Amino acid sequence: MNNFLGDALLIARKDLAIEFRTRSAFLSVLVFALLGIVIFYFAWDSTAVSAADLAPGVLWVIFTFSGLLGLHRSFGVEQEEGAIDGLLASPVSREAIFLGKAGANLIFVLAVQAIAIPAVSLFYNLPLGGIALPLSAIAILAAIGLVAVGTLFSSMAANTRLSELLLPMLSLPFFVPIVIPAAQATAKLLSGRPVGEAMSWLRLLLAFDLVFVAACMLAYPFTLEE
Amino acid sequence: MKPTPLSIAAAAGVALTYVRAIYFTPTEAVQGPAQKIFYVHAPSAWVAFLAFFLVGLASALYLWLREERLDRIAEASAEVGLVFTTVVLITGPLWGKPIWGTYWTWDARLTLTLFLWFIYVAYMVLRGAIDDRDMRARFSAVLGILGALLIPFIHLSVYLFRTMHPRPILMKPSAPSLPGEMLTTILIAFAAFTLLYVALLRARYRYAVERDAARLSESRHA
Repeated sequence: MNNFLGDALLIARKDLAIEFRTRSAFLSVLVFALLGIVIFYFAWDSTAVSAADLAPGVLWVIFTFSGLLGLHRSFGVEQEEGAIDGLLASPVSREAIFLGKAGANLIFVLAVQAIAIPAVSLFYNLPLGGIALPLSAIAILAAIGLVAVGTLFSSMAANTRLSELLLPMLSLPFFVPIVIPAAQATAKLLSGRPVGEAMSWLRLLLAFDLVFVAACMLAYPFTLEE
Repeated sequence: MKPTPLSIAAAAGVALTYVRAIYFTPTEAVQGPAQKIFYVHAPSAWVAFLAFFLVGLASALYLWLREERLDRIAEASAEVGLVFTTVVLITGPLWGKPIWGTYWTWDARLTLTLFLWFIYVAYMVLRGAIDDRDMRARFSAVLGILGALLIPFIHLSVYLFRTMHPRPILMKPSAPSLPGEMLTTILIAFAAFTLLYVALLRARYRYAVERDAARLSESRHA
């Protein structure tokens, strides 16, 4: 078991090292997220809808789409020069490869969120001071679910002819039970309701994470074998 | 599709359902004739979810047994299920406009059915995007299983979001709250549509067998 987590950590570090040295995906995804925040501002009649009503939607739409952009790259890099074959030939269990890949993707998505959430707060003039902690909990729980499903589908889509189109098509229905609770819980917090009112949504997110992290990890080896 | 006893029975059952629903079942007092669509809508919804359950089941069994037939059953059931889901999504709004005053509303069951449709479509597109037969079977099986796991989560989240769909009147813990004649009609409809599903599934399955055989002989000649 120790070895399993160690292997997963090694894979995650490998992916993050590639990302850290090239910084290509992170910067593009971050700029995409910021552009999204800006575009949304102009699609919005600020006299009719308050910023607190709009922000949850903006945040979760942006996270969903920027997450997809980042996830697409996760197995895209392995396709180049058959890197995935080297990875599979290494004495690492396939579940550990999945966990490592998903772990690196999680750090990636959380890093985007860590910049995008304060950016929304800044651009939309929404003080987040009091709700930072529960909001981070929502963001982390939602990111875990997004990343588990997205990593698996990224691995599948990379092998198909329509990979750029197929990843969102496969993933978005699975993001619905993440985006609904996350956006609803965010809305409760932003409108100043007590954290307790968001708890049922948080439980739903947690249940989704537990089921889909396990299911995707178990399903992942089936997407690899020759 | 060559007529088989099964497909003839299914077609006759559906015809019987229509005739009985239109001519021999009383018109509902409040909704009027619009309610008659219920005899198509509800059994189609039943088949849509039954077919999806079968996709999930065949997918799980495929990954376990690696039996090609199971992959074909999943493929056939998904395509037939997609047709019935489309019927649900067309008949629902047709009823919704006169009764609710709107074609579409983000009610829990409507949203769930819409997402069921999206998952079916994604499943078909995924199958179409992979040439390798073994890989196609494995990938679509993974999606079939995850889709079956997803349905309860979508149901729960959209249910908590809001619901206004009529409460279940047939499949509920207490006895069905439907007048006797309507109950008979809807039970006939359920049986007929289930039969139709089985007949279409079988036809679609046979088509897949013939297609695979043709491809195999093609690749041998090449």
